[in-house]
Parts: sequence; C-alpha cells; structure tokens
Amino acid sequence: MLEQIIFSILAIAIALFSVLAVTSKRIIRSAIYLLFVLLATAGLFLMLNYHFLFAVQVTVYAGGIMVLFIMAIFLTHKPGKIVERRTNLKIISSILLSGGGLILCGYIILRNVTRVYNYLKINEINMQDIGRAMMGTEKYQFLLPFEAISLLLLACIIGAIMIARKEKNIETNDNKDLDHK
Amino acid sequence: MNYKQPLELNGLLLQLDLFLRGNLPPFWASLIEGLLILIAVLAAYAVIALILIYAERKVTAFFQARLGPNRVGKYGFIQSIADMIKILIKEIIHINRVDRFLFYAAPFFVICASVMAFGAIPFGQGLQAVDFNIGIVYVLAVSSLGIIGVLLAGWSSNNKYSMIGAMRSGAQFISYELSAAFALMTIVVMTGTMQLSEIVENQRYAWNIFNGHIPAIVAFVIYLISGHAETNRAPFDLPEAEGELTAGYHTEYSGMQFGFYYLAEYLNMFIIAAIATTVFLGGWMPIQIKGMDAFNQIMWYIPSYVWFIGKTAVLVFISLWVRWSFPRLRIDLLLNLEWKYLLPINLVNILIMVLIVLAGWTLTDLFPILFGN
Repeated sequence: MLEQIIFSILAIAIALFSVLAVTSKRIIRSAIYLLFVLLATAGLFLMLNYHFLFAVQVTVYAGGIMVLFIMAIFLTHKPGKIVERRTNLKIISSILLSGGGLILCGYIILRNVTRVYNYLKINEINMQDIGRAMMGTEKYQFLLPFEAISLLLLACIIGAIMIARKEKNIETNDNKDLDHK
Repeated sequence: MNYKQPLELNGLLLQLDLFLRGNLPPFWASLIEGLLILIAVLAAYAVIALILIYAERKVTAFFQARLGPNRVGKYGFIQSIADMIKILIKEIIHINRVDRFLFYAAPFFVICASVMAFGAIPFGQGLQAVDFNIGIVYVLAVSSLGIIGVLLAGWSSNNKYSMIGAMRSGAQFISYELSAAFALMTIVVMTGTMQLSEIVENQRYAWNIFNGHIPAIVAFVIYLISGHAETNRAPFDLPEAEGELTAGYHTEYSGMQFGFYYLAEYLNMFIIAAIATTVFLGGWMPIQIKGMDAFNQIMWYIPSYVWFIGKTAVLVFISLWVRWSFPRLRIDLLLNLEWKYLLPINLVNILIMVLIVLAGWTLTDLFPILFGN
C-alpha cells in the first residue's frame, strides 16, 4: 500500500518532468526538470532496495553531470533566453522518433520484466559483492578494466580543455598585440 | 562483555516501536514511525543549528577579544532563539525580474541535501534514522546535491554578484568533493565496509585514525580541509567574500529564505564534523581499553550520544579556530591547493593504505591482543 503510493508519486513525477524537460522554453529550466527526473529515478532504485545504484544515480547524474550541465549552460548560453518553438515538421518527427523509442524499450522491458523482478526479489545486493565483481578475477568478475576505459575518457576531456585553453590564450595575445599597434 | 548503559535511549525507542506495532496495523505503524523520525530529525536539525550559531558567535568573540552576545539571557544564551524568531517574522522581499520558480526552489535544494545527509548520521547507539549498507556513499551522494541550489540561486537572482559567487562556489565544491570522497574511501579500504554502524563497531578498541596510523592521519587532515572548503567557510569563503561580492550567491535572499542558507551552512559544518567523528574518531563508541572492564564500565556510564556530541564539538571548534586564524585564499590558489596537492596526495595515500592493509600493518593486525575486536 505505502509502496504503491510512493511508486505512483515517483512515476507521475518522472512522466511529468520528462515531458516538461523537453517542452520548457528556457534551457536552464529544462536542465532542472531533467534533474527532477533523475532524482525520481533514484527514488525508484531506493524502493527496489538497490541502494548502490541509488547512490550512484544521485552522485554521478544528479550531483555530477547535472552540475556540469548547469555550469556549462551558465558559461555558454544565455540561460534565461526563451527559445523559440521549432517548426511543426521537427516537432512531429521528434514525436515519431520518441514514440518509436518508447515502443522498442517497452517491448524489451515487457519481455524481460519477470526475469529482472525475480533477480531483484532475492535480496539487497551489498557493497562487498559489487566490490568483488569489480576487482575479482573469476568469471563474471573483473569489471575494473572496463571502468579504466572511462579514465581514458577523462584524460581525453582534460586534454581537450588544455588544447582549447591554449588556443584562447594565443588569441587574447594576438588581440593585445593588435591593441598595442 | 555487556556493560550497563543506564542512560541509553535505545531501550526506550524499542519499547515505543513495540507499542506502536502492537496496537496499529503495519501501514499506520510505519507511517507514524516515519513521521516521528522526521520530526525528531528536523527538531534536532534546528536545535543544533541554534546551538552552533550561539557557539560560533561566542567563540568568534573570544578569538577577537570581545564578549559576544551577552544581553539576551544569561551570557546571551537566548540570543540565537531571539534571532530565530526575528528571522521567521521578517518580510520576504520579492525581487523584480527573477526566475520565480528557480529563485524560490533554490533554498530548498540546499536545505534538503543537508537534511538528507544529516538523517544518516549515527548519533548514538540505536540513534540512527537509516543505516544503509552504502552509508558513506549515501552521505557523499546526497550532500553533492546542495551545490545545485547554490548555482540556481546565483543564476536566478539576476544579479552579477550572485552569479560570480555561485560560479566560484560551484568550482570550489566540485573540486573539494573529490578530496573528501577519496579521504573517506581510504578508511573504507581499511575497514572493508561502508555501513556507518559497522564502521563505528569496528572502532571499539582502536579508532580508525590510530588503527591506520600514517595514511589514516593524512586522510583525516585532508578530509577536514576539504570538508571545510565544501562548507564555504573562511578561509575558503570566496563564494561569499563580502569585500568583493557583498554576500555572494545569497545576496538577493531575505527573511527565512536567507535563513535556509544560513542554517544549511552551519549544519553542513556539523555534518562534516560528525562524519569525521564517525569515520575517524570512533563515532559514538566510548573510549575503551581491552581487558580493563572497570574502566570500560565507567566509560559506558556516559551515554553514547554524549560521546558523539563531545567528539563532534571538538572538531567543530577546530573548524571555528581555522576560520578565525587564516586569511582568505585567492581562487587560483584555492584550486591549485586541491588539484595540485590534495588530490595527488590523496591518490598516493589510498595506495599506501592498500599496501598497509595487505601487509597487515594496521594496529589491529599488529597487536590483536591490545586492539583486536
């Protein structure tokens, strides 16, 4: 009973805010609605007693990526600017695309839902098991190299920032030179 | 060995639980218990904030050779209650041309993140609202949400000071969050668990800071520095540097909306101190020496929540001490400190901790007779 009430609240929140995130005319508000969607999803994980994924969802998506989104929006756009509506053709094509995505995902979820449910019913997955899956070297383990690939991504991002910054410095120097002349 | 614990609250709470579950259907029992816990957490939140504000004003005054508040009540005890009533009845000034929804939502992000982290702290034996398997990660996760409130406040205020303050705060928080998390992970490597109650239980005879000696002490210092930076307090108070930015991201807020930021700042200081206590200084566990039962019994007569508050108070005092002893850092120095010093030291520190644990050089492994559980 209590679970169902909480689930319906979360489900309504997810549905409502995900629609708002794409229909909102201000980019910063879209970002905030997306944040609410991510938080409500984290709530679903919490309901399933899958605490690790809850924490990861909140740290990585809500606390990490969304903060970077918001900072990036601050730095690049005029965040409060009201974006004009797209043309009808674009709206219709994106509705069709998302509808297709919904059908595909819905089909996959429907087919696998019982399996996932049985797996989740067993117990809470505790941290030690996750740790072993990451660091162990047996079958279905040793996820660490997979994670190490994401370090490569981090290195790429830092490299990109360095390159971008250098170019900017040269530019400003050029400007200064011009000013002096 | 069971010691007498006459002043503990867990027996009382158990009775209450049994009474509620015996007389009500499970749905209503859990609902009422949830509400009671909510009220208790919020009340503790407010009361601790009031005490901290009073303590800060008094300690600050003594550092600056003043008397501090001394008119309202004996030694000014009721000063912060008077201030609370004042701030509650203050007008909330409506600012023109702000993004209303975000402007009014922003303080709630900050306060919610802070309350959620506060709820997971083990205040004493049986005095923990939720005891997640992933305790430490949970605390890190929810406290990382607060920064969104700060960023939104800065942007939606439609004020350049607020905006600059928020950007600085964002950069600072994201950077120092890393160090804080890594410092806690060092201890997780040693204890092998993230559950806060188990971490406390493991420190029965040797606090983690002693158990892991060198790397643990390094981690403790780094955690205190980065925790201090996360709370935006001097010497890391660039986001609200009053000389340059009036009040930073909360310049445009008034009345209780400002009060929320104020509350959250103090409570974040408390949360950092409380987590440091739990993870490094034994949490609510009384000081015990293996084999000396009489001594241990005397220590257990002091209830666990008093131990917890006492240890936390020491760390809070250190935080105030730092605040009034160091000048404010410049933003580039601040980021240099994190990215060029604290983070590399931290990464090496984790490696050292792993080696120490593998080699069995922690105190509990070296002297199991003295410190083993």
